[in-house]
Amino acid sequence: MNDRLALSDDILMSIEKPERYIGHEVNSVVKDKAEVQIRFAMCFPDVYEIGMSHLGIQILYDLLNAMEDVWCERVYSPWVDLDAILRREKIPLFALESQDPIRDFDFLGITIQYEMCYTNILQVLDLAQIPLSAADRGEDCPIVIGGGPCAYNPEPIAEFFDLFYIGEGETRYGDLIALYKECRREGTGREEFLRRAAGIPGMYVPRFYQASYHADGTLAAFTPIREGVPATVVKELARDLTDTGYPLKPIVPFIKVTQDRVVLEIQRGCIRGCRFCQAGQLYRPVRERDVEQLKRYALEMLKNTGHEEISLSSLSSSDYSRLPELIDFLIEECGKQKTNISLPSLRIDAFSLDVMSKVQDVRKTSLTFAPEAGSQRLRDVINKGLTKEDILRGARLAFAGGWTRVKLYFMLGQPTETLEDIRGIAELSNEIAAAFFDVVPKEKRANGRVQIVTSTSFFVPKPFTPFQWARQCTKEEFIEKAYFTKRAISEQLNQKSIKYNWHEADASVIEGVLARGDRRLSRVLLTLYRKGCFFDAWSEFFDNDKWMEAFAECGLDPGFYSSRERSLNELLPWDFIDCGVTKEFLIREWEKAKRGEPSANCREQCQGCGVRRFDCGICVEGGQGGKVGKQP
Amino acid sequence: MMLRIKFRKYGPIRFIGHLDVMRYFQKLNRRAGLDVAYSGGFSPHQIMSFAAPLGVGLESNGEYMDLQVHSLVSCADVRERMNAVGVEGMEVVDVKILPEDAGNAMASVAAAAYTVRFREGRTPRFLEHLPMEQALRTFLERESIPVAKETKKGVRQVDLRPGIYELSWDGAALHMLLDASSGGNIKPALVLQALLDSCGERLMENALRITREDAFTQVTDAEGKPHRVSLNDIGMDDAQYAARTARISEGPVQTAARTAGISEGPVQAAAGTDKHPGEKAGDLP
Repeated sequence: MNDRLALSDDILMSIEKPERYIGHEVNSVVKDKAEVQIRFAMCFPDVYEIGMSHLGIQILYDLLNAMEDVWCERVYSPWVDLDAILRREKIPLFALESQDPIRDFDFLGITIQYEMCYTNILQVLDLAQIPLSAADRGEDCPIVIGGGPCAYNPEPIAEFFDLFYIGEGETRYGDLIALYKECRREGTGREEFLRRAAGIPGMYVPRFYQASYHADGTLAAFTPIREGVPATVVKELARDLTDTGYPLKPIVPFIKVTQDRVVLEIQRGCIRGCRFCQAGQLYRPVRERDVEQLKRYALEMLKNTGHEEISLSSLSSSDYSRLPELIDFLIEECGKQKTNISLPSLRIDAFSLDVMSKVQDVRKTSLTFAPEAGSQRLRDVINKGLTKEDILRGARLAFAGGWTRVKLYFMLGQPTETLEDIRGIAELSNEIAAAFFDVVPKEKRANGRVQIVTSTSFFVPKPFTPFQWARQCTKEEFIEKAYFTKRAISEQLNQKSIKYNWHEADASVIEGVLARGDRRLSRVLLTLYRKGCFFDAWSEFFDNDKWMEAFAECGLDPGFYSSRERSLNELLPWDFIDCGVTKEFLIREWEKAKRGEPSANCREQCQGCGVRRFDCGICVEGGQGGKVGKQP
Repeated sequence: MMLRIKFRKYGPIRFIGHLDVMRYFQKLNRRAGLDVAYSGGFSPHQIMSFAAPLGVGLESNGEYMDLQVHSLVSCADVRERMNAVGVEGMEVVDVKILPEDAGNAMASVAAAAYTVRFREGRTPRFLEHLPMEQALRTFLERESIPVAKETKKGVRQVDLRPGIYELSWDGAALHMLLDASSGGNIKPALVLQALLDSCGERLMENALRITREDAFTQVTDAEGKPHRVSLNDIGMDDAQYAARTARISEGPVQTAARTAGISEGPVQAAAGTDKHPGEKAGDLP
């Protein structure tokens, strides 16, 4: 056993949850340092409980550790209590398994799942005692690699990374590691390794590209400045998920983390094409996993972890074609093992209600609908293929089945939204409450009342969506919309049954700035970090005033990035990335959105989005009836 | 039937808190493929009970968990299965089958033995002029040792003296046997603080490295005399269980006699292996 811990007992006894920092979890991988050539630290730049819940890291951890001469370890953002101690005592940030300093590793991989963790990337680099800017790193520093959904617009954080891996991690790490070993053997140095790495599909090395700007601040050109570096980086994807492997022995944390269960990814991608949704575009085409393999995986993972719960993971589980068969299997097996089944992202209909009533205590759980917009008109704009009738039918069935709690999720501030659309949120909430009183006779109402919890978030336009050109509302507009929603709900007949929650507006605006930002924002992030800001995804640490100061000090206007509608001709900072769907498709969808026209989903009819060239998933299986639409 | 599982907790694992140790075993029992009994209802849970919770940072050679199972191959098999899927630092050292009339681990703890060492540079200053043995003798001669004890309801005055059953020094470490019952639990640090108080010193922060050695319950022998017995000795190992099962199948056995028969052996064993047999706390070297 590695008894040596990076932190002294005095430190461990003085901080919250020392278990976050001691490693030794079941299924964590410990290798003999003498036997490995490559040390890889995989980081999720947020606190342990969040980072440990992320499936992507578990997949990469498994994949890298399957390579005999690579030892992949984990590192997370130390919580603020330990952060202060590490700074004060100058203790370098360490990996959990070996407890060795990260700065001595060959690679530091950082998964970037949301924009508000950008300052935590700086925290991790800083605590690891690695220079924040890639340009300042010497030969003895780890190669810092970024990946994950935010890598699809890496520009705001380009300065801090040596390399970005664009796309799914399963395909190219082998090549990258082989190249690294080759360069080490030849003694080429860091710069040459990066030059050669830029030639591997999916790799983006920011230092080899130059951006220039028009007088109005928009991007004029974005070009490679080294020979042989590609002008366009095409995303990587795993064509067949059946052969990619899966972490069958995921780490079992000692402390309760957000995802304290077996997570079974049943498919990747989504057929729906909601126009606000970035994941729905990035992970195209939909690729299902083989149902027989999933059944084996489920049993094996339950056995290897001892978890009491299993959850199916996908963007829209109801669209998995073998769902009934898989669920029947799980209900039977989990019943024997006293294992709970959790089924997020299910469309509410007779099938899902029947399943849920078998696996959950109806009285204790609530049903979730995500209409995202209050009116049918706006739902057509955003291409959310859910009608009021669908929702009311689902709610009626649920109330008849004993459910009394319903959660509703909406977004405020989507393109073309009017006050009428917002009023629709209140009216729909009211109609659902009315449906309860209609369906459930007085003598059968458990507490006499139905609970509707209506929540709104604020719309953040994201790259590679049809709404990437859209204007985002200002903080003031958002707050006004939230107040209007609140008032509209209070005017409803059943207002006493409806509880209304809304998100913070200022953080949504910052998220919008970072999501569609360019290289110049690296300066803002550095300035902000030097003011002591990180953990911006945590409302208790997010400080909007500091952000505004940082923008001002860098001479940048956040409104330029968020509340400006971009023209279709504008060169966007992420245009050098080819994420599969074409710009022509996104423009078509943006124009249809403005006309209020929905689009069919991938299974109904191909919309010619451009990912057919990857020749996999639903594009080759075809939709029902094998209809394939026009290709651009 | 109810199993009594004795485990050690050491190394980095000492930082795992009590609730997380419970979660750890819930998952470990499933990985080990034990035939665990569950409660009913929509969220069934394993029927298990832990003896006195161990503070974060303390090591232990004698932690106990009672676990109800429907069946088992043997106690040795349970131990092997558990250790095969556990982490180093949380080692199952013994598995026994509890007699039906045994109290659960949580309720039956009466005392716990500890070894306490001072961290480097944090030994009490009084040792420069006063030998530890002498300090302990003076300390234990006191009729009462009133201290302020923090409880959930606030600070309360308690007398430590009746709950200190043994306290000795071997030149490098202190050995203590303290009240660990739910009503009167005494933490080793509290005793050290009181000792240092009596010498006009404060206990330095995180000065102690504490190992819990074992937990004890109170039993009454055939003559009605109370004994402290290790929780581990309440249960039956594979051989004892087989012997009892054989005896039962021979014919009706009176409960009282059976209980005496099972507890006789273990009490003797405890006296033989335990460094701190139930002597009076005052009898110090």
